[in-house]
Amino acid sequence: MALDLATYLVFFLILALNYAVLCLGLNLQWGFTGLFNVGVAGFFAIGAYTSAILTGPPRPEAVGGFDLPVLIGWLGGTLAAGVAALGVGWATLRLRHDYLAITTFGIAVTIQLVALNEEWLTGGAFGIEAIPRPLAAWFTSPTQYNLFYLGLTLALVALVFWGLERLVRGPWGRLLRAIREDEVAAASLGKDVRTQRLIAFALGSAIMGLAGAHFATFMGFIAPESFLPVVTFQVWAMLILGGSGNNRGAVLGAILVWGLWSVAGVTVKALLPPDLQVRGAALQVVLIGVVLAGVLLIRPRGLMGEERAISPHTQATATASTAPSSTPASGGPDAR
Amino acid sequence: MMDLVWLTLPQVIANGLLQGSAIALGAIGLTLTYSILRFANFTHGETISWGGYFTLTALAALTPWIGGIGKWGGLTFGWGLVVALGVGVVGASLLALALDRLLFATLRRHGSAITLVIASFGASLALRNLIVFVYGPESVQFTRELVIADRWLGGLVRVTPDQLAVLGLSAALAVGLTVFLRFTTTGRAMRATAENPALAQITGIDTAHVVRTVWVLGAVLATLAGVFIGITAQLRPELGFDLLLPLFAAAILGGIGSVPGAMLGGLIVGLAESAAVEYLHAGYRNAVGFLVLIAILVIRPTGLFAARG
Amino acid sequence: MLALQGLVAGYEPGLPIVRGASLQVADREILTLLGPNGAGKSTLVKAIAGLVPITAGQVHLSGRDITGLGAHRLARAGLGFVPQTENVFTTLSIAENLALAGFFLPSHHQRRRVAAMYALFPDLAERRHTDAGRLSGGQRQMLAIARALIPEPRVVMLDEPSAGLSPKLVQVVFQKLVEIRAQGVTLVIVEQNAKAALAIADRGIVLVEGAPRFVGPAQDLASNPEVARLYLGRRETA
Repeated sequence: MALDLATYLVFFLILALNYAVLCLGLNLQWGFTGLFNVGVAGFFAIGAYTSAILTGPPRPEAVGGFDLPVLIGWLGGTLAAGVAALGVGWATLRLRHDYLAITTFGIAVTIQLVALNEEWLTGGAFGIEAIPRPLAAWFTSPTQYNLFYLGLTLALVALVFWGLERLVRGPWGRLLRAIREDEVAAASLGKDVRTQRLIAFALGSAIMGLAGAHFATFMGFIAPESFLPVVTFQVWAMLILGGSGNNRGAVLGAILVWGLWSVAGVTVKALLPPDLQVRGAALQVVLIGVVLAGVLLIRPRGLMGEERAISPHTQATATASTAPSSTPASGGPDAR
Repeated sequence: MMDLVWLTLPQVIANGLLQGSAIALGAIGLTLTYSILRFANFTHGETISWGGYFTLTALAALTPWIGGIGKWGGLTFGWGLVVALGVGVVGASLLALALDRLLFATLRRHGSAITLVIASFGASLALRNLIVFVYGPESVQFTRELVIADRWLGGLVRVTPDQLAVLGLSAALAVGLTVFLRFTTTGRAMRATAENPALAQITGIDTAHVVRTVWVLGAVLATLAGVFIGITAQLRPELGFDLLLPLFAAAILGGIGSVPGAMLGGLIVGLAESAAVEYLHAGYRNAVGFLVLIAILVIRPTGLFAARG
Repeated sequence: MLALQGLVAGYEPGLPIVRGASLQVADREILTLLGPNGAGKSTLVKAIAGLVPITAGQVHLSGRDITGLGAHRLARAGLGFVPQTENVFTTLSIAENLALAGFFLPSHHQRRRVAAMYALFPDLAERRHTDAGRLSGGQRQMLAIARALIPEPRVVMLDEPSAGLSPKLVQVVFQKLVEIRAQGVTLVIVEQNAKAALAIADRGIVLVEGAPRFVGPAQDLASNPEVARLYLGRRETA
């Protein structure tokens, strides 16, 4: 019993930390740069499929299955998601926030349709099977292997976390926050706002791609239903709960929301008869939705909030700039 | 091959207009709420679904009194549906007002517009899954009656009387709403609030009341869209979700705030979907709205019409 | 007519911009609010108009307490406000702007008021079906003033009516304001253009750091060297 629980806990942590990587990617985009991405599931899918195609065994009915090392797959997945985001971002980042939200949502829907329809590439509804796991031959039992994979996952999260912390605490991070707070002011300082936003968007999406590759390798099997919009929804709930603009908050939020999700799932399974399980599972989403709405209403900064958030200084300037200045519309015609 | 295209084209256009009129009804509601509430409201799709399901529930519950869906001539519905629709409209309006009261009103006061979008995205997923929980994942129909499609243009086009009725009603609604916005005080107050809420208040307009009015109006249009789709096709929990991209595409294509624009935008998206399904790939139907959206955002982000009632 | 007592107002709690303003505006008076940039002139009138939260103090209009009444109630209560910018509905025609302005009046009364405004501003009558967004700066300002006057307010507050207008147009607009006062309307005018405002005003108030610093008859203020040097002079050199 205790062993079962430990096995489950390892499995749970691997997936929770997988979400943590997604959440860190979204935090770079939303928390630090203010880019509203509702297409998380799409970039997650690109990473997963790219890695699966690169590392998987040859498939007679479809292209790909290059049997490459896992590391190549992960790099490929990261790169593919990043490149896709560059294209998408180039077309949409100049748009208003809410248009960016709608278009990224559309991208995720479209990518899911490609996964479903392009059988020659993605295996269609059946997906891709037998995706190899690294060093699988070294371990005798699945539990042992999962323990090893958890270590690998922890190292991955630590690496992404450390890299992002260095980035956002450096000059580039300050520039991103400046762009987020006041795009016009940042542009007037001579900063190429659009390029910086594009880089942040692509980097964040690349991290989501990496999470996808990690997910595909761990599961050993992927199909379109792993990349539904509910993934995007979960990651947003994680980031908002943990506290956007705070990388530790992103990781904490991922673990908490995934915990809540899993407990709700187990409860539904235990309590409801099999024919009502689909309906019951829908309640998981409702629950997370209520949590998301509650956090937005009661504690919009999330559990951790943003570190060195809007300092009292910035807040004062922000107020001054929204205050109705008595400045005339122009010094032109009415100046004598 | 060309011959084949010419032979199928009339039916493709007919299907496109039918699908487009449902999209248009949803898009009109969306464009009105978008212009006054000032955020991309992802829950509008779910209001369409819920409006349809509410009406269906009312129909079942009221059958002992209204005797079922009714029958008007060649149509599969009659007074029964009208009564049930009234209940559905009330249900969807209360749902929209409750969402505003519990969630969006507070966020409007304290948060930014983008917080509202996050909240609406979350709420839409929760609402959709609530449908799955309450009604189950399977699709449901208003009536089991089989209808024979009438043949037009020497048999090239087959359209059911229900479909024709829905098309006509949608067009009438769009015209009626345009007149309402142009010539009534409430309509002008809505346009004024959409353009400049602060000035609207100074002018004496209770903008909070306008906001409630637009939620109700949006819910009424959404319910009609849901029921029209339910009559001509079927209700599914994903109905509203699948409509989101076409709705946004139509609303932005027509210019946010423009009712005729949303109507035309809806028809264009419907025609594009119908053509894509027939000539390209049926599996990508849901991506067509997205492609239209990208095209319009890259070429002319303000839409085809300026935001003018 | 309009009385303020210890008014404190601002956008953020704890960050007041108007800090304890008390003043009385007499019936049929033209009062101008002057002061350096950031003194809180605009915030003061916006607070009275119900657009900025009031945290302390009171506003009375004709003896009635209208503090925190809500912007949409004030037009009915007899208080008009002309904001500095975005003061007309650009997507509505002139006629629609005016029709909306008094929508709560009985319709025959409303029509009479619109006719009166067309008489006061003949330019507007000629272009009544034009979208307000296509008007020139001067015409737009006239429409904004007409809009505020439709419900027959007892007091109209104007936030920088001269902003963005040529000196010649400023004269035209200010002359209209004198006519409007002659019809019995009390005016409160926030102005950067102190010279033009003091020329038509009965009294002036110099607001500094959110509170009145100098109050006096318009001529006295215009000739007060300290006031001129400290607070009015910068427009001359701008």
